[in-house]
Amino acid sequence: MIAKRIIPCLDVKDGTVVKGTNFVSLRELGDPVAMAAAYSKSGADEIVFLDISATHEGRSTMMDIVRQTALHVFVPFTVGGGVRTIEDMKAMLQAGADKVAVNSAAVADPELITKGAEKFGSQCIVVAIDAKRFDDGWHVVTHGGRKDTGIDAIEWAKEAEARGAGEILLTSMDADGVKTGYDLPLTKVIVEQVRIPVIASGGCGSPEHITEVFQETNVSAALAASIFHDKTFSIEEVKQSCHQEGVRIREA
Amino acid sequence: MIAIVDYGVGNVASVANACKQLGYETILTDKKEEFEQATHIILPGVGSFRAAMEEIERRNLHGLLLDLAARKPFIGICVGMQLLFEKGFEHGETEGLGLIPGMVAKIKTSYLLPHIGWNALEVTDRFPTYTKHDGKHVYFVHSYQAYTSEEYIVASTEYGTNIPAIVQKDNICGIQFHPEKSEKIGQLLLQSVFESSQQAISKEESK
Repeated sequence: MIAKRIIPCLDVKDGTVVKGTNFVSLRELGDPVAMAAAYSKSGADEIVFLDISATHEGRSTMMDIVRQTALHVFVPFTVGGGVRTIEDMKAMLQAGADKVAVNSAAVADPELITKGAEKFGSQCIVVAIDAKRFDDGWHVVTHGGRKDTGIDAIEWAKEAEARGAGEILLTSMDADGVKTGYDLPLTKVIVEQVRIPVIASGGCGSPEHITEVFQETNVSAALAASIFHDKTFSIEEVKQSCHQEGVRIREA
Repeated sequence: MIAIVDYGVGNVASVANACKQLGYETILTDKKEEFEQATHIILPGVGSFRAAMEEIERRNLHGLLLDLAARKPFIGICVGMQLLFEKGFEHGETEGLGLIPGMVAKIKTSYLLPHIGWNALEVTDRFPTYTKHDGKHVYFVHSYQAYTSEEYIVASTEYGTNIPAIVQKDNICGIQFHPEKSEKIGQLLLQSVFESSQQAISKEESK
């Protein structure tokens, strides 16, 4: 049987790992390649880099990080943030990334998913969806949650699948950064509506939150940032807690 | 030295790097002279069966690969593993290298596709060199699988159906998962595949 995946996420700005609370204040943490290598050695099943650099220089630094990571990390890794065109996808995949995640650029031009999947294969294309609760359901939001696109998150997830996305990285903007657990209702409804793997993101504050999202929903993977970066909990502790609760994980 | 077949199939740096971790030098090449120097040949692969096979034909590598596979340890990884079979059915029917009897078609499962993630190996008892890897998790990413005779299946994985994970016919080996992305265990498996395919050649030579 396939194992549930535990994925640490590194937000990278101009070559340095940072993590924000509700995407506002950013705290600097350290060297992304060293952190990714340490996570991979301690049992992370995958790594996600989210490039939040706003500048061109920041982007090219990210390319170097990807190249270095490919040399030092022996688990798959995804790069998201700043992936806006087919050329961006190609550059990141050639530099050694296993997958690319597209978010607002795909909302603006859904053809990006179709073309990316055709050119590089569905397995390389992750569609990242930032969702926020409104009176009439969950909407896709962009710009770190500040902009409501008005698009229904469930419909967007289905469209992403139909266009060839290999996975959905689902972040609840209501839960993100507040460490009170994953957004179970949102995760549940998206998982039920698509037939591709979904990665739950946003809200993890303890190993129990990870076991909970695996027990309460059929999500394939759980992504977390601060609990690992702050060394509040290690990947081993999270995996141990999953193991005790009967969640099937990979023992490293 | 290990020769990795260069036919423009994207990034092979991680495969080369995994070999390097095991102490092997690698060369990325499409030249006969360089293949001759190599102890093992690795056929990598990403994308679709059809696109990969077309690229091999376009670069006139088909005959050379068959010739090498008749004499040297020959290892296909991911789509490279799938090309070892007689035909593939991704984006229409395409002839493969035909080094191992069987074909490649969509995974028939009620589970989600692609099959992405770490899944456990079930090693069959016909291949004792691999027994130590039984139960270990390795990283898979694919929607198509090999359909072949039991006798060639070294290890399989369970995903609502049985998927061949490692196949071997004498000196020809195929790995469906990504050893270069499967942490330490991936490297140990690669080592086993190198040894096992080499032993098949030595056995043949001593006959």
